[in-house]
Amino acid sequence: MRRRSAVKTLALAAGSTLVGRNLAQGAAPKRGVVDGGAVDTPAILVDTTRCLGCRMCERACAEANGLPEPPKSVEPGVVRDTSETQWTVVNRFETENGPVNVKRQCMHCLQPACASACLTKAMHKTAEGPVTWDPDKCMGCRFCMLSCPFDVPKFEYDSPNPRIMKCQMCWSRLEEGEVPACVQNCPAKAIVFGPRSEMLELGRERIYASPEKYVHQIYGEHEAGGTSLLYLASVPFEQLGFRTDLSTESYPALTTEFLYSVPLVDIALPVFLLGLAKAAKGRHEPESEVDR
Amino acid sequence: MSQSAIALRNSFQTLLDFGAFLRREMRPKGRILTPFNVITVAIMLVAVVVLVDRFAHGLGAVTNLSQEFPWGIWIAFDVITGVAFAGGAYVLCFMVYILGMEKYRPILRVTVLNGFLAYVFYSGALLLDLGRPWNVVNPIIGNSFGVSSVMFLVAWHFLLYTLMEFIEFSPAIAEWAGWKRLRVTLHGLTLGAVILGITLSSLHQSGLGALFLMARDKVHPLWYSEFIPIMFLISSVFAGLSMVIFEGSISHKVFHHRLGRDLKRRHSEIVLGLARICAGTLLVYVFLQVIVFVHGQRWAFMLTGWGSWYLVENVGFVLLPLVLFLAGIRLENTRVIGTAALLTLLGIVLNRLNISIIAFKWYAPVRYVPTWQEVVVTLAVISAELWVFRWIVNRMQVLDIAPLRSVKDSDVERLHASAA
Repeated sequence: MRRRSAVKTLALAAGSTLVGRNLAQGAAPKRGVVDGGAVDTPAILVDTTRCLGCRMCERACAEANGLPEPPKSVEPGVVRDTSETQWTVVNRFETENGPVNVKRQCMHCLQPACASACLTKAMHKTAEGPVTWDPDKCMGCRFCMLSCPFDVPKFEYDSPNPRIMKCQMCWSRLEEGEVPACVQNCPAKAIVFGPRSEMLELGRERIYASPEKYVHQIYGEHEAGGTSLLYLASVPFEQLGFRTDLSTESYPALTTEFLYSVPLVDIALPVFLLGLAKAAKGRHEPESEVDR
Repeated sequence: MSQSAIALRNSFQTLLDFGAFLRREMRPKGRILTPFNVITVAIMLVAVVVLVDRFAHGLGAVTNLSQEFPWGIWIAFDVITGVAFAGGAYVLCFMVYILGMEKYRPILRVTVLNGFLAYVFYSGALLLDLGRPWNVVNPIIGNSFGVSSVMFLVAWHFLLYTLMEFIEFSPAIAEWAGWKRLRVTLHGLTLGAVILGITLSSLHQSGLGALFLMARDKVHPLWYSEFIPIMFLISSVFAGLSMVIFEGSISHKVFHHRLGRDLKRRHSEIVLGLARICAGTLLVYVFLQVIVFVHGQRWAFMLTGWGSWYLVENVGFVLLPLVLFLAGIRLENTRVIGTAALLTLLGIVLNRLNISIIAFKWYAPVRYVPTWQEVVVTLAVISAELWVFRWIVNRMQVLDIAPLRSVKDSDVERLHASAA
């Protein structure tokens, strides 16, 4: 129940700021809902202009999640992907503005494709915000990997008891009222944790305060329908290995039309077929000796 | 001896008799050392070794699956292509049971059997691919229903359809075992099973396409559209019927001794009829492809290599077989139709592999190519299916439709009368 209380505190904190803002604007307060109808979940703001590339977050992540220690040194110029043994990686990109370090991990979408893809609800968007994975439910079909627009879920191909591996936003730490390990261990304060609406505000504040330093976009504000990982950068995001061709609507929305048609077809088609069979009956005599 | 003791002894005797019957039937018929047997047994034995490795050391030990390509040929070919090939069963059931096209009844049972076995073996193959197969019952027993998942829908419709196909085929089993009364009951379930079966098929055939809806930014734009589910459904009609034509031509040679009078007499007539439906649905498919192409403004891609590959699929294996089907119908030439059917099948393989493997992550620097182990296991699944198919065809009345031989007409009528 500790988890609940942590959430409550967080929700209350988020809610009070919201209510305050909404009242100030004279709008009716709507609990837990911010601009665009997005739920105010916890979020992480990554300011790539502040990141030193020290990779302390990688080490903290490995320690907090019982993963093998990340490599001591990394080859420059090689863009690493997160993996089944590393849930977060920091890559250095050489850009027109000099080197930029980018920390990547699960984006914790507001409407995650992976969770809507999961037929057992093993991949699950918790009410608190993190997208988590449950080993007792997962059957290992890897449809989440196919569906995730960021290619985040990773699979242990070399294990007879394979798990889906990805950042879970340290949800057990959140339960304890702590912040994710990577956030806590960032010496440069490049990663900030808080309610999503506040993180967006903070991002905008930084952009407006030094407009020449940042591109005027918060990656994750709208991508894939909005994510809980929000990024600030000094150069366009496509130069930093981000996919900028992603939809701004949520990915599960791509399947809703199909899913809505299912009960309709399941009910209407049998009735239609039965009628058709009865209507066609007697039109012709069975010609073979079977099934008379 | 009391009444119940006698009844017990009788039922025990029946069980023993059936056991003896089963033992008798288990014995192989025909020669054992044939090239087919030797090759398929070798393949299956190798596959067993591969699978031991797979379950001991994980999927990575025997497959080329990766974080980039989570699905290989065990899904893309065995399941996604195989299910399209098995589409003939629901189409023929629709024609015979719903529309009353009696002309096609002689090939109905064999098609339903093929469909049923395809589903059993493909879902079996699916288990090999699942990372945590011990959790496979979760979405079924209600432990956790992921109702927002297309995969959940496909799984349920898959499972229920397999059951419906079993019911559709079950009268043949009852005839073989000599369960006269049961046969009447099972036969009574047929129309219901057919109606549900067609409904379930329409949804899981399209559902397999819908699996890729969320992969919008991974499948090459030439192969992705919001119409994928409809394309999958329509193509399952001509894919399934082409398979029926193709299998029919093989069965005619291999199981000539088992063919019924009706089927021998009617074969070319049936093939011509099926060819007409194939041509019609192919035409609809081509129209849809054109609409999607124009609507999706895909001209820009045509100058790339992917454009050429798209043309290979859609001209060589969609338009060409369409023309051949039309020519075959006009010339009443089953050989031309057979060629058209074969090309259509290859086109379906291409299409399904394109969407799920070849044009999937078309931008990825490293491609997925199946390992020899993946190929062997796939061949073994097909081999096992063929063994079971042969066993059944050689024993039950599948190709020779005169099933009332074992159940006298008068028996059936009397039972009907007593039931009424």
